[in-house]
Amino acid sequence: MAEYYEAAIQFDHVNYSDRGTLILKDINGLFPKGKITTLVGPSGAGKTTLFKLCNRLISPNSGEIQIDGRKIDQYNPIELRQNVGLALQSATMIRGTVMKNLTLPLTLKGSELTEKDAKELLQDVGLDEEFLNRNVKDLSGGQRQKVSIARTLVNKPKILLLDEITSSLDRVSQQDIEALIVRINQKYGTTIVWITHNLTQAITIGEYSWVMIDGELIESGESSFLDNPQNDQVKQFIKGDLA
Amino acid sequence: MTFLTLSLALIFVLIPIILSKTLQLELEKDTIIAAVRSIIQLLAVGYILQFVFDSQSIIYITLMIVLMIGAATQNARRKGASIKGITWKLIVTFIFVEILTQGILLGFHITPAEAQYIIPISGMMIGNSMVLSILFLNRFIAEIDAHQDEIELILSLGGTSKQAIHSQLITSIKASTIPTIESQKTIGLVQLPGMMSGQIIAGADPVQAVQFQLLILFLVLTSVVVTSVLLGFLSYPTLFNKQMQLLKAEE
Ligand SMILES: Nc1ncnc2c1ncn2[C@@H]1O[C@H](COP(=O)(O)OP(=O)(O)OP(=O)(O)O)[C@@H](O)[C@H]1O
Ligand SMILES: [Mg+2]
Repeated sequence: MAEYYEAAIQFDHVNYSDRGTLILKDINGLFPKGKITTLVGPSGAGKTTLFKLCNRLISPNSGEIQIDGRKIDQYNPIELRQNVGLALQSATMIRGTVMKNLTLPLTLKGSELTEKDAKELLQDVGLDEEFLNRNVKDLSGGQRQKVSIARTLVNKPKILLLDEITSSLDRVSQQDIEALIVRINQKYGTTIVWITHNLTQAITIGEYSWVMIDGELIESGESSFLDNPQNDQVKQFIKGDLA
Repeated sequence: MTFLTLSLALIFVLIPIILSKTLQLELEKDTIIAAVRSIIQLLAVGYILQFVFDSQSIIYITLMIVLMIGAATQNARRKGASIKGITWKLIVTFIFVEILTQGILLGFHITPAEAQYIIPISGMMIGNSMVLSILFLNRFIAEIDAHQDEIELILSLGGTSKQAIHSQLITSIKASTIPTIESQKTIGLVQLPGMMSGQIIAGADPVQAVQFQLLILFLVLTSVVVTSVLLGFLSYPTLFNKQMQLLKAEE
């Protein structure tokens, strides 16, 4: 029954604690290469923390993370972060226009995004091109999240980590993003991990899924397991979530 | 002024004490401590200066400057306790400001190489540098705390530590130096600078006093900007580790 997956990211007994509190407990699992993984779990489960580990903003206290079969700390941090793109739920913006934010990944490398590319990116995430010169102060939460995804795409990452991006989006926007995720995955073969609070999305968009609760990876595998969970905690979580 | 006339000046200490007693402000104790400490400290400094001026010995002059730098470091380091190695970073900053200012002053013969010029000017430079260090560190630590998300955003996109903290560094340098620069724009219009007033009272020619005051003002401009910039560039690397991760401030 267990299928073999090549891992884009592999976790081996990963523990992470902050000031004495254990936040991630003995995580063992993988995100399959070239596929879309959906990650679900209640608030405080450690999902965002796991993403920060993958982008190496933080490092595990013990255990090992491998990216494409190589230990994460063998990479140059800058190169790694360009290849493992991260769009966090906070969708932090730097002060200024949408254009300034979109071009940021290139500014850091000493170049610049052309207006044409910027407009294309906006179109990809479902924003009108007139947004380009808007100040980010005037964006809604959903619009910020779209800009944040577009900005992460500028580095053309091999692995894309998207944190709960649809929670503050309306239905139409959610569909834009779902379509975008599938399109990027198919067009570039990008490995995508997507934190979502919507179980239907987790099952339909994901090929592979993780359920995290309270710092632990409770169950993972082909997304269909969410239809018929074996683990009691997962059953409870799904029931609670659907209620 | 004689010590007799100076002791009459104690009337100005009695006035607040009497007011405090009658109105129960409870300021008597602090007023007395302040008065006694300033008498002892300033008299001690006066005698030490007289001794050093008489000797004109390079050893004593250097020793006094070392003491000033030590005291300034002691004062400022508490503000930067969360920055690793802040003590030596402050020492390097103060020494640099001192060498830069005295180097130019003595090198171009702007002031004579005599203790009565070197010591007070050094005191003013190091004192200013100390105040600026405290202003800068307060601001820098607050900026980082408030903008941690932005710093992590830039890191997460593949920026270097320097790129990640650049905006907070520049804001803090600007914010800590602007008050000094601004205050120089209106100087003399409202309040005469303390040093100049002192010189005029002591009988110096006002134009001469102004010339010295201008020299000090220009020196202060250098000292404030150099202090903030140098301390900033010495401090920011210790906020990150080798993996380019922003270190958490210890509580
Ligand atoms: N910087 C931090 N310092 C201390 N504790 C933290 C920090 N960040 C997160 N935590 C704690 O770690 C745990 C996991 O947080 P995390 O943000 O990873 O959860 P999450 O699964 O993303 O939750 P949510 O669905 O609400 O976004 C929580 O208990 C949180 O309080
Ligand atoms: Mg989260």
